[in-house]
Amino acid sequence: MLDRSKVGHEFDSFNVDIEKGRLKFFAEAIGETNPVYFSETAAHDAGYKAMLAAPTFPFPLDMEGPELLPVLNFLSMDISRLLHGSQEFEYLGMIYAGDNITVTSKIKDMFDKKSGALEFVVLESTYTNQNGDLVARAINSLVYRNPSV
Amino acid sequence: MSDITIGTAIPSLTLPSISRTTLALYAGASGDHNPIHIDSDFAKKAGMSDVFAHGMLSMAYLGRMLTNWKPQSQLRKFSNRFATITQLQDVITCSGTVVELFEEGGEQRARLEIVAVNQDDVRTLIGEAVVAL
Repeated sequence: MLDRSKVGHEFDSFNVDIEKGRLKFFAEAIGETNPVYFSETAAHDAGYKAMLAAPTFPFPLDMEGPELLPVLNFLSMDISRLLHGSQEFEYLGMIYAGDNITVTSKIKDMFDKKSGALEFVVLESTYTNQNGDLVARAINSLVYRNPSV
Repeated sequence: MSDITIGTAIPSLTLPSISRTTLALYAGASGDHNPIHIDSDFAKKAGMSDVFAHGMLSMAYLGRMLTNWKPQSQLRKFSNRFATITQLQDVITCSGTVVELFEEGGEQRARLEIVAVNQDDVRTLIGEAVVAL
């Protein structure tokens, strides 16, 4: 059983520079065909101040902290037993190439299903740009398999 | 936007089949280096038949469908649960239907039910989105 007393824990926040090359690579990896996601010129022509980060790009930002998924070590979880249960984004603004985004993350909830065979860890993250504008919020529900239960 | 009513289906998106290259590129581009998606040896040790796709890859496909329909600046909310694992060689199709029209934050918005299915019509991602009209 994961340690439920950790609900409410806030991980150290960190900052990420939104680089054009990274946005292009991400757009390519998801097969994006809309050039506002990989061409600065196209983004300008469409009225945007810079290339756009795709709607799911806040999730990759979570991976840019000092360690991959700090919750794993924090709760002593084995990555091979981890599945992604659900993901939610709320958008209050946009993320552009050239931005510097501050990512915060905390453990919002923990619970189990199927008599403990599946444990859920719910993370809540915020993404704030260099102007102090909260541009997105996310809720990420991780599923931890306990095959022995 | 009188052409958008409850029941309106937005243009769907069908993707090329998922290959190991797809997963390797997505792992690199997303920073999600969990070996269960890129290392068959690791995946088998974890009790899986092989590597399988990142859920967030299919969510990105749903996102492409949404921003093909309306500019991203009009996207307000986007969520899904990961219902079934997406396997190698799966061909994913994303679709969405308007289920509600409402006013919020001083603007007209549409709520959509969105879904990703594989070639056997099994739902892999089930979610919803809110888009300003």
